[in-house]
Amino acid sequence: MRIEGKGLVDRSTPVGFRFDGRDYTGFQGDTLASALLASGVRVMGRSFKYHRPRGVMTAGSEEPNALVTVGRGAGQVPNVRATVQEIHSGLDARGQNAWPSVRFDVMEVNDLFAPFLSAGFYYKTFMWPRKFWESLYEPAIRRAAGLGALSRQHNDEHYEKAYAFCDLLVIGSGPAGLMAALTAGRAGADVILAEEDARMGGRLLAESHEVAGQSGADWAAGVVAELASMPNVRLMTRTTVTGAYDGGTFGALERVGLHLARPPMDLPRECFWRIVAKRAILAAGAHERPIAFANNDRPGVMMAGAVRAYVNRWGVAPGQTVAVFGNNDDAHRTVSDLGAAGIKVSALIDVREDAVAPKGVTLHAGARLVDAVGRNGLREVIVADRDGKIARIPCDCLAMSGGWNPVLHLTCHMNGRPVWREDIATFVPKPGMVPGLTVAGAANGTYSTYGCMKEGAEAASVALSELGRAQPKVDLPEAEDGAIRLRAYWEVPEPKHRAWLDFANDVTTKDVRLAAQENFRSVEHMKRYTTQGMAPDQGKSSNVAALAVLADATGRGIPETGITTFRPPYVPISVAALGAGGQGKGLAPERLTTSHQASVARGAPMIEAGLWYRPSYFPRPGEKTWRESCDREVRMVRERVGVCDVSTLGKIDIQGADAGRFLDFVYTNTFSTLKPGRVRYGLMLREDGIVMDDGTTACLGEGHYLMTTTTAAAGQVMRHLDFVAQAHCPGWDVHTISVTEQWAQFAIAGPLGRELLNTLLESPIDDAAIPFLGCGKVRVMGIEARLFRISFSGELGFEIAVPARYGAALYRDLVARAESLGGGAYGMEALNVLRIEKGFITHAEIHGRVTAFDIGLQGMVSAKKDCIGKAASERPGLTGQEREQLVGLKPVPASKPIGAGAHLFDEGAEPVRVNDQGYVTSVCWSPTLNTHLGLAFLKNGRARHATRVRLVDHLRGADVVCEVVHPVFFDAEGGRARG
Amino acid sequence: MRLNCPLCGDRDLREFTYYGASVYADRPEGGWSEAWDDLLHLRDNPAGETNDLWYHELGCSAWIEVSRNTVTHAISDTRLLAERKPAAKGAKA
Ligand SMILES: [Zn+2]
Repeated sequence: MRIEGKGLVDRSTPVGFRFDGRDYTGFQGDTLASALLASGVRVMGRSFKYHRPRGVMTAGSEEPNALVTVGRGAGQVPNVRATVQEIHSGLDARGQNAWPSVRFDVMEVNDLFAPFLSAGFYYKTFMWPRKFWESLYEPAIRRAAGLGALSRQHNDEHYEKAYAFCDLLVIGSGPAGLMAALTAGRAGADVILAEEDARMGGRLLAESHEVAGQSGADWAAGVVAELASMPNVRLMTRTTVTGAYDGGTFGALERVGLHLARPPMDLPRECFWRIVAKRAILAAGAHERPIAFANNDRPGVMMAGAVRAYVNRWGVAPGQTVAVFGNNDDAHRTVSDLGAAGIKVSALIDVREDAVAPKGVTLHAGARLVDAVGRNGLREVIVADRDGKIARIPCDCLAMSGGWNPVLHLTCHMNGRPVWREDIATFVPKPGMVPGLTVAGAANGTYSTYGCMKEGAEAASVALSELGRAQPKVDLPEAEDGAIRLRAYWEVPEPKHRAWLDFANDVTTKDVRLAAQENFRSVEHMKRYTTQGMAPDQGKSSNVAALAVLADATGRGIPETGITTFRPPYVPISVAALGAGGQGKGLAPERLTTSHQASVARGAPMIEAGLWYRPSYFPRPGEKTWRESCDREVRMVRERVGVCDVSTLGKIDIQGADAGRFLDFVYTNTFSTLKPGRVRYGLMLREDGIVMDDGTTACLGEGHYLMTTTTAAAGQVMRHLDFVAQAHCPGWDVHTISVTEQWAQFAIAGPLGRELLNTLLESPIDDAAIPFLGCGKVRVMGIEARLFRISFSGELGFEIAVPARYGAALYRDLVARAESLGGGAYGMEALNVLRIEKGFITHAEIHGRVTAFDIGLQGMVSAKKDCIGKAASERPGLTGQEREQLVGLKPVPASKPIGAGAHLFDEGAEPVRVNDQGYVTSVCWSPTLNTHLGLAFLKNGRARHATRVRLVDHLRGADVVCEVVHPVFFDAEGGRARG
Repeated sequence: MRLNCPLCGDRDLREFTYYGASVYADRPEGGWSEAWDDLLHLRDNPAGETNDLWYHELGCSAWIEVSRNTVTHAISDTRLLAERKPAAKGAKA
């Protein structure tokens, strides 16, 4: 019900929305909770375990009860707090954890089984028989108990992440936050003021106190207008600061488009911010806490501060007849605000015996609230006066206040522990819990409006002086400055029915006492045993009361009992916002070569190589399997000519007077003797003596080299070269940079390779111009290119490199020319077969556990000079007969396929681990030699050529006898590449 | 977490690649010895001040030695690896 003349909502702008399939109307400025309350809706949710009807309790993000699901289809969002969701004309919300609706829920039957569902019931009831747990109990419990559900569909709605930087981050825009931001803003500091609500002002919007002779809301609007006019101040509404991290970094979630009926297409739903602040002020206010009494979860039982907020800010009467229950003066403030709004107050129940009756209201001082009546909506409360007399007080709303808990969560995110303050019966932050962050106002346990403003301004002054800025004169306005008088009171003793602490997770005082009785006396154990504080609200309003009950049950004080740890995030954050930009291809960006389009156009299936995509094979009409295409491409290269994009290999440009000497140090073999126009194969070790990578390096000119790395290790090698240069060679004239993406490079392999090239080059070449392992500049189609005479196939081979922008054109031309010579494009499958036939290694072989000795390249470790990894490669155990050494395998008979990953055993030995002799790394069918081939590591393998081993693949069920041979199966003399 | 790259200034953690304790940059001279074993395999695990290596991979490619506290996470100093003064230096000129 709306109250005439009250509230800050825009009565001239009605807004229609849907809840649980019914149409409602609210006003611009309403939350879903305020609009539903105004429409008389009392049940907004069902509880987690017992499916009890629940109404809204709070007016903020700490809401434990009114959790709803918003939206339909893939984008539906569960567990949205009705107190945070603003209404808009497209809003379609529904209750959850209930069927068919929150008003009638068949699972309500759970409430009857409550005696079996007490703390720890999972552990006690369902542990036996064990196999029933996964198949029967757990699915049933999960169906019956729970919160909202995800759609289980892929959601491609737009989320974002962003970064921001400031001198001072002010968290919260109540009286403390506004004064802090104003002080720092006037000083010219870069300020970010983050407010969780849609509107700045905090409690000033919800209370009736005047500030500087005007309403709190008007005063706040004036300050916000001044802040908005300052170019150095950034105002962020709908932004919850969720975590405090190292180095002054804060996480924050901004609800960007969730309040709009038709958000623009480019507007994200939410944005996750990382805010880096030199200083921060936490002015996040306080949460009012409930008192545990029998059936205190009835719809209509609300926090007193929330009742005042609904009356003063939204102009909504939460009930027609309200009773007020509390242990402090805020209860009296509530009575007066209700009276001013014309709402009937049926009684004030104050647990303090010395409470003074407000005018015109019946006071029950020192009374006990023994029960609340009305399953689907409060009808009356039953009170036992001090003299034992029972009074039934009619009310459809109970405004309750057990005191306030400072919102100090962020101060605990870096392991800080708050301290207990007896006078206000709550934990308050200790200074210095988060470096650079101070706490002001109610978050610091200072509750009066004037006190908050003073602390906010002072905190900003301190921050400004630490930042070396002058402090401007900011006058504090006149405002309420009353002391909070409170008597610690957590639960009504000896309740006849369950009394709730954690409403969201259905934890009662009985559960906490049961935990203590079963010796879960530590607050962390109690939490896990009862699930207290583990719901989406993380026990914001219930944790302190729960540990007070635990303290009582274990006969300790509250400070000794301690408090559970608060961890980020302060409010739930959707994974979509945290991982914004990481959905689909954002998770693994695609690196495409310049030939990509041409390969796809030829029907090549593309396979991933790291982030790169490379063609597997190029199917031709009539070829039914990849093997047919692959075999044809291998024969094509061996007999005619093939073209393959090798741009994905790492290319590192190395220059400087000391570049040759630097290469000597990173490679095992010598490069300083390499002459311009020559290319050399190099082997690179890690400092621990294990092979890191291999590849060729060309000398392009005096002091100018181009190193190639494998595709897989390109990043690692770049990192390594930078490390070696900076750590071990400071002062040397050597410079490195990756040019992988600047050059498109294509292999031209096969007996007709030179013939193909000469149809293209402006000046034809012969063997003398570019001999084997030579390189030089050539001109092709009017541009300068680099030509290298290197071969990964064993055939006459060239690689031609052009600036990447010419790659697509050159590739198409090369393939067309190759086809006119009876050749064509070849893919990764053929490339792999060609290199296995030649015994060339890849990272299948140099997989991080093999030494130069293992691959037969120990001769490449120069004795004349030091190099990275040399000392460690000489360690005992890294050479010798016991090492598994690279060998070739040929199955007997040749037609028997073998698989990589299979293990090797002596013939006749049982194929078990202790008899293991080695393993297979690469396999193929060789169309050149008409046999299956394998590369393998075999103990003492080089001495076992021409013997036989047993190959067993336990995984695929193969058992094949193989002949051990030299790993170079084809053209061992290398005449074809040199020819 | 933020790291101050001596060349680029204050930058987000995500731009850097971590590489363990900075003693790894103190390469012994000569063939295999116990000093090599220490370099490769032995690391302190201090609760408190430590120096470690970070590579500004998504920035300027500088290797940086960072002094930080493993308990408080406070970073007290950063410097270019190329400009530090190590106890001993391998790779003779
Ligand atoms: Zn940098």
